[in-house]
Amino acid sequence: MNYFYFPLEQWTNTFVNEWFLPTFSSAFESISVVLNSFVDFVTSSLLFIPAELFTLILVIIAWRLGGKGLAFFTLIGMLYLGSVDIWEESMNTLSIVIVSTFVSLVVGIPVGIFSAMNNKVQAVVRPTLDFMQTLPSFVYLIPAVLLFGLGGVSAVIATFIFAAPPAVRMTNLGIRHVPKEVIEASKAFGSTSKQLLFKVQLPLAVPSIMAGVNQTIMLSLSMAVIASMIGAPGLGATVLTSISRVNIGLGLVGGLGIVVLAIILDRITQGIGQNTK
Amino acid sequence: MSKISVSHITKVFGQNPKQGLERLNQGYSKDEILADTGNTVGVNQASFNVEEGEIFVIMGLSGSGKSTLIRLVNRLIEPTSGHVYIDDEEITNMNKEDLIEARRQKLGMVFQNFGLFPHRTVIGNVAYGLEIQGVEKEKQIEKAKQSIADVGLNGYENSYPSELSGGMQQRVGLARALANDTDILLMDEAFSALDPLIRKDMQDELLRLQKRLGKTVLFITHDLDEALKLGDRIAIMKDGQIVQIGSSEEILENPANDYVSNFVKDVDRSKVLDASQVMRRPEVLTTYKNGPRTAVRKMEEFGASSIFVVDRDERFQGLLTIDDAIRSHKEDIPMEDVLKQDIHKTTPDTPLNDLIGIAVETKYPIVVLDEDNRLLGIISRVSILSGLVLGKEHDEEVTEA
Repeated sequence: MNYFYFPLEQWTNTFVNEWFLPTFSSAFESISVVLNSFVDFVTSSLLFIPAELFTLILVIIAWRLGGKGLAFFTLIGMLYLGSVDIWEESMNTLSIVIVSTFVSLVVGIPVGIFSAMNNKVQAVVRPTLDFMQTLPSFVYLIPAVLLFGLGGVSAVIATFIFAAPPAVRMTNLGIRHVPKEVIEASKAFGSTSKQLLFKVQLPLAVPSIMAGVNQTIMLSLSMAVIASMIGAPGLGATVLTSISRVNIGLGLVGGLGIVVLAIILDRITQGIGQNTK
Repeated sequence: MSKISVSHITKVFGQNPKQGLERLNQGYSKDEILADTGNTVGVNQASFNVEEGEIFVIMGLSGSGKSTLIRLVNRLIEPTSGHVYIDDEEITNMNKEDLIEARRQKLGMVFQNFGLFPHRTVIGNVAYGLEIQGVEKEKQIEKAKQSIADVGLNGYENSYPSELSGGMQQRVGLARALANDTDILLMDEAFSALDPLIRKDMQDELLRLQKRLGKTVLFITHDLDEALKLGDRIAIMKDGQIVQIGSSEEILENPANDYVSNFVKDVDRSKVLDASQVMRRPEVLTTYKNGPRTAVRKMEEFGASSIFVVDRDERFQGLLTIDDAIRSHKEDIPMEDVLKQDIHKTTPDTPLNDLIGIAVETKYPIVVLDEDNRLLGIISRVSILSGLVLGKEHDEEVTEA
């Protein structure tokens, strides 16, 4: 089938090494600095709070949003994280999840709003999201390391690429699914486009947006192991170590830690979504 | 000056509306244009005027373009060509800001499936129009409460729409349109989603509110009975065109073409005709002053067994039967004391429908009185039947015969 040779590999390398990196390295440098201090800030805050206090706060939140069962599970889960001695790793993972979810939402929700408002934007955004979700993550791990270096920032960027699409899609979907008559009613009484968005479309899209937030958080967590390959600290690193040492016990300890965090975060964010319905 | 004036408004949906419009002006039909260009003609050169305080009904089957037409009036759908004026201001050439202002100040709207905001309470829904105008909070609440009371929903201010029945939800829709205090209400099949009993309640409610508040109403419906009941004037639409505009009687008696006459063929006339259209003048009346002797003589003269008694100003007093007249004369009882008082009285605008049951039961004719109790006419069983079967203009021939 090679009727002609398509030098994609060479072109990409030339493009990245000879033009892209020299031109934008300073820009990426500043992004890196900002994100790095953000990750550091969240991590040190989480580690600064005594584990007992953090558990108490989380149990209360779980109780308010998910009921007694979830509160009990949260308590047991936190006790587990402490007793197998992976509290620090868990907080590291949590901070990367928090930062990448935050970045995903800050970028994803506005993009979702724009693509709901405008079919041309949607026509560009949709294939981009498909691309972001289906491209094997190892492919963008390499450029992420090239651009941002090893560590938390690259992990946040890689996680963002994988986890932002649901936030965009669900925001878009939520706004597009607001009944036509409700939109017409809002317009007929003389709403400006801004009033229509903030008083009608966004409030009605909240359950859908919250489902997107939930998915974003889940996907962020599922990236924890892969992110640890580019030097992100946390539970992923624990699992990775266990693989390299063929230490099954350590693998289970780290893996269960991820599962515990995932279940707690999932149920809590679902609770937020249901409360706003 | 008309409140709403619509002239040659046209809407062509599709990729290239200008092309469709051109064909339309060349006289091609809706179907030909769809086949040639793929454009759908929604509304074709519709023109009408709605006067202040009038209920103007646009009636047509689904696909006739009526819902598009009402949305062209407040530009929820942009017209392809033509003009809309409200209070002599042209809506169709307004910029965005002026249009928003016109919608806020002049045009309330009620929707078929209510279009309520599910995340807002009843009062939040009703106050929405005021809120987006930046009206102060207290004023919003005061006005919203007033319109909630107007539609009879007191006590439901803090309920959510999903907690209310369909009829109540549409009352919220109506209250929301009233709260803005606009002169005009656009009602798009407002009662079509309600079941028949509730629909009738809402129709009566609308008539009552309209009478009290003097709104100008543009009402869309596919239900001819509803159109005839509510409309001061009715426009009948077919394939995007208005085929006839007129009062309900004009449309029933003089249909403009076969389409309209087919449409009105099965109309229940009892709902359209009212008492004034089937009543007749009583042949003979008497007064107290004349005394029972004169009354008896008058009855003999006309071959009647009873006579209606009025006072000097034609105010209705009662019915005098021949037996009672003779008794009054012989036993010297005053005529006032022998008059039959259990006569059913009605007003000239009562629908015939409401009188049928009464006419069947009562022995004596129904009397039609104005507000001052003056006797306008009487309705016998015969006049109701002939009115139902033949329409009003034939009525007189029958009763005379």
